[in-house]
Amino acid sequence: MNHNALKRKDLFWLALVALMALVPAVSAITANSFLMHVLILILLFASMAQAWNIIGGYGGQTSFGHSVFFGIGAYGAGMAVVTYGLSPWPGIGVGMLAAAVVAVLISYPCFKLSGHYFAIATFAIVEIFNRMFLVWYWVGGALGLDYPMVEEGLKNLMWYDSKTGYYYCALVLFVLISGIVRFLEGHRFGYYLRAVREGQETAESLGVNSTAVKLTAMALSAALAGLCGAFFVQYNLRVDPGMVMSLDMSMKFVLVAILGGAGTLAGPLLGAAVLIPLQEYTRALWGGLGGGVDLIVFGVLIIVIVVKQPAGISGIVRDIARRFGRRPAAAKGGASVGSA
Amino acid sequence: MDTLLQVLLDGILNGMLYALVAVGLCLIWGVMDVINFAHGEYVMIAMYVTYWLGFLMNVDPLVSMFAGGLFIFILGALTYRLIIKYTIGKPPLSALLATFGLAMLLKNLCLNQFTPNFRILSDTWLGDKTFLLGTLIVPVPQLVTAIVALVVVGLTYYMVRSTRFGWAIQATAMDKEAAELMGINTERIYLLVFGIGGATVGIAGGIMPTYLAVHPEVGTMFSLIAFICVAMGGFGSIPGALVAALLIGIVEALGGYYIAPVFKYVAVFGLYLALIFLRPKGIFGW
Amino acid sequence: MALLEVRDVTKKFGELVANDRVSFTVEAGTIVGLIGPNGAGKTTLFNCISGLYPVTAGRIFFDGAEVTGLASYRIARMGAVRTFQVVRPLKDMTVFDNVLVGAFLQGASGAQARETAETCIRMCSLAEYIDKPAGDLPIGGKKRLELARALATRPKLLMLDEVMAGLTSTEVKAALELIRNIRKEGVTLLIVEHVMEAIMPIADKVVVLDGGIKIAEGPPDQIIDDERVISAYLGAKFSRRLQAKREERSNA
Repeated sequence: MNHNALKRKDLFWLALVALMALVPAVSAITANSFLMHVLILILLFASMAQAWNIIGGYGGQTSFGHSVFFGIGAYGAGMAVVTYGLSPWPGIGVGMLAAAVVAVLISYPCFKLSGHYFAIATFAIVEIFNRMFLVWYWVGGALGLDYPMVEEGLKNLMWYDSKTGYYYCALVLFVLISGIVRFLEGHRFGYYLRAVREGQETAESLGVNSTAVKLTAMALSAALAGLCGAFFVQYNLRVDPGMVMSLDMSMKFVLVAILGGAGTLAGPLLGAAVLIPLQEYTRALWGGLGGGVDLIVFGVLIIVIVVKQPAGISGIVRDIARRFGRRPAAAKGGASVGSA
Repeated sequence: MDTLLQVLLDGILNGMLYALVAVGLCLIWGVMDVINFAHGEYVMIAMYVTYWLGFLMNVDPLVSMFAGGLFIFILGALTYRLIIKYTIGKPPLSALLATFGLAMLLKNLCLNQFTPNFRILSDTWLGDKTFLLGTLIVPVPQLVTAIVALVVVGLTYYMVRSTRFGWAIQATAMDKEAAELMGINTERIYLLVFGIGGATVGIAGGIMPTYLAVHPEVGTMFSLIAFICVAMGGFGSIPGALVAALLIGIVEALGGYYIAPVFKYVAVFGLYLALIFLRPKGIFGW
Repeated sequence: MALLEVRDVTKKFGELVANDRVSFTVEAGTIVGLIGPNGAGKTTLFNCISGLYPVTAGRIFFDGAEVTGLASYRIARMGAVRTFQVVRPLKDMTVFDNVLVGAFLQGASGAQARETAETCIRMCSLAEYIDKPAGDLPIGGKKRLELARALATRPKLLMLDEVMAGLTSTEVKAALELIRNIRKEGVTLLIVEHVMEAIMPIADKVVVLDGGIKIAEGPPDQIIDDERVISAYLGAKFSRRLQAKREERSNA
């Protein structure tokens, strides 16, 4: 009975992905470089938030440290290209692995901390990594890494003339990470993860090794965040510690996921689809007005959403659907199978 | 040896400043389990209040710091009424994110209105005065700030421990429902605590333009350090926050001087992590 | 050999002795009741057995192996699963998902776990709530969920902590029927109970705690006559009533 409800939602997603894949066929869109840029950013941030969702939404562990993993992934790819003159792919692999290892090492002690102590510890870790990378000669220190011109294409994961290649990469990134999350939703691991979130002691009384579950989720989340970082550096063509390993970047992971709706499959995409255009267009319109107007608006928006609807945009969508839809609430199989 | 003592003195004086900034957050966290991400921005705004009073009307920060305190008292109370109140029943993340939004709002408002330029008050009573204690150079503004900090922290501690109002605060902190059943107006307590916490931070920010430059970004680091002070000291413990602040000031000074300036904060955050892993509830936490 | 053996278990919280050298056994296939006045240390003992608390002294053996000091998830995996006195539904997950978490203990196979979950839900009369968030259930439903979830783990030993508290007498009868069915499936039961009508009729053996120490252990009709138990807990009035009922039944 639950299975049929799942299939309907999955079809919806497949249709959406197909639609998104057709976007570059519309020349009016591809001609608009800024629009393409916004679309790519939406997919990137949706991917980042989806990666965070694994440990932060489904796992219930609010990590403010994901910019570290994002940065490690970015530097992995960046080092491969800039320092070693290779294609980014081996760097991406190394970066993802390093991010996972670092994640496990720092989470293991951190998970013993509760509530605010845990959050603050993750802030501290971001700041430490930020400073370390600033003085680390091998990764380029404060200057960071600047990309040379190389042959464009999939091998080097770089395109110069058009953004279409990047768009498809970002789409694949999002589909990959969301696909993993969707798979986990139905798998025993996903259930165990949510059980740990809802009640760690209770889960353990049912045979769940909560430490192993949390660490695994963290490692996976970190590796995928690293993958996003790798895409970022390939798109941005440069990286420095302030750009990736900062509290601000960490907050982006958290904000997009939470404002979209943590613990749901659609939340990250909804969050990114609303917040990124807002950020980019207000910056374009008002960024010149002596700084910060776009962020003022952003700040107000965060306050309003957090206060009014903690379930985020997906919660708002669900409420609207409930009011106008003919299907009773039972069709929404609960937060465990996600909304939309 | 002399340099070590000088570094330690600077660290202790700086630590007292951190204690003054942190005590308000400690009170708020202890009573309503809320981490105010905009705490540093409160400092920044208070700095602007006394800066403008000093720049436009020639009022010295030692006088106008009370104006700073009052201004942030009101700002804190408003923050509670308009934002925090609605996050109380919800997961703790709500308050954190909402105040993050507030921090973003306040910082960029000031950025927009006051430009990112650093502003310094010249011509204050305490100015650049120093005096010699043996071979130690004691900077007067920092010393006076440290004294103000001691007074404010002491008064706050006394208020919480020994006054009827303070007992009402403690009761609300320990069990809100039980406190209400005993006739305590917890809503008013929350409002006042946020206001008082804000006021202490307003005094901190108010006196700082004596020797620190004012700019919109100055708040971020203060927020982080305040969080670390309070968490390291232990949930809601004012003496804990004081001890933690002093430790942080000292470690920051030592790390900055003997290793490298960029490592100031690595040492501080490293200290936090080391300590919190050993004592997951902070020095005096329960 | 007994399925569960508790040997000289002592649990102290600072200076407070919650359990003082408690020893008893639970044979496979039986129902053992654990009774005693409030504060006797019953739930503390449960917490020690299930691994939630480390014992201060003493040893615990389950299914031939020593489990003293093991993490609670390990003990659950060995087949000793408990419910909580103050129910702990996984609130934001549906009833089905709650029970499924339990069912997955037997293995990762999704289809089989789902089948087990559905069976347990039906057994515990939760079918009408199957897709509702567990947090929305009435208290009776939450208690049944607690039971269904533990049952889905297919335990060897099921430890129930006051499942009858707050139930109407009709619900109690239904719960007793359920417990009898569970025993028929081969599950051993250790039940903490306050409601005498519920535990005395079905228990093969009763262990009585008072003030942290075991004051009696034996079949229910023996316990009823035990003076220490009567004075500590049951009250003379009840034992007389039960005696009268038994005489009535044996005369009928």
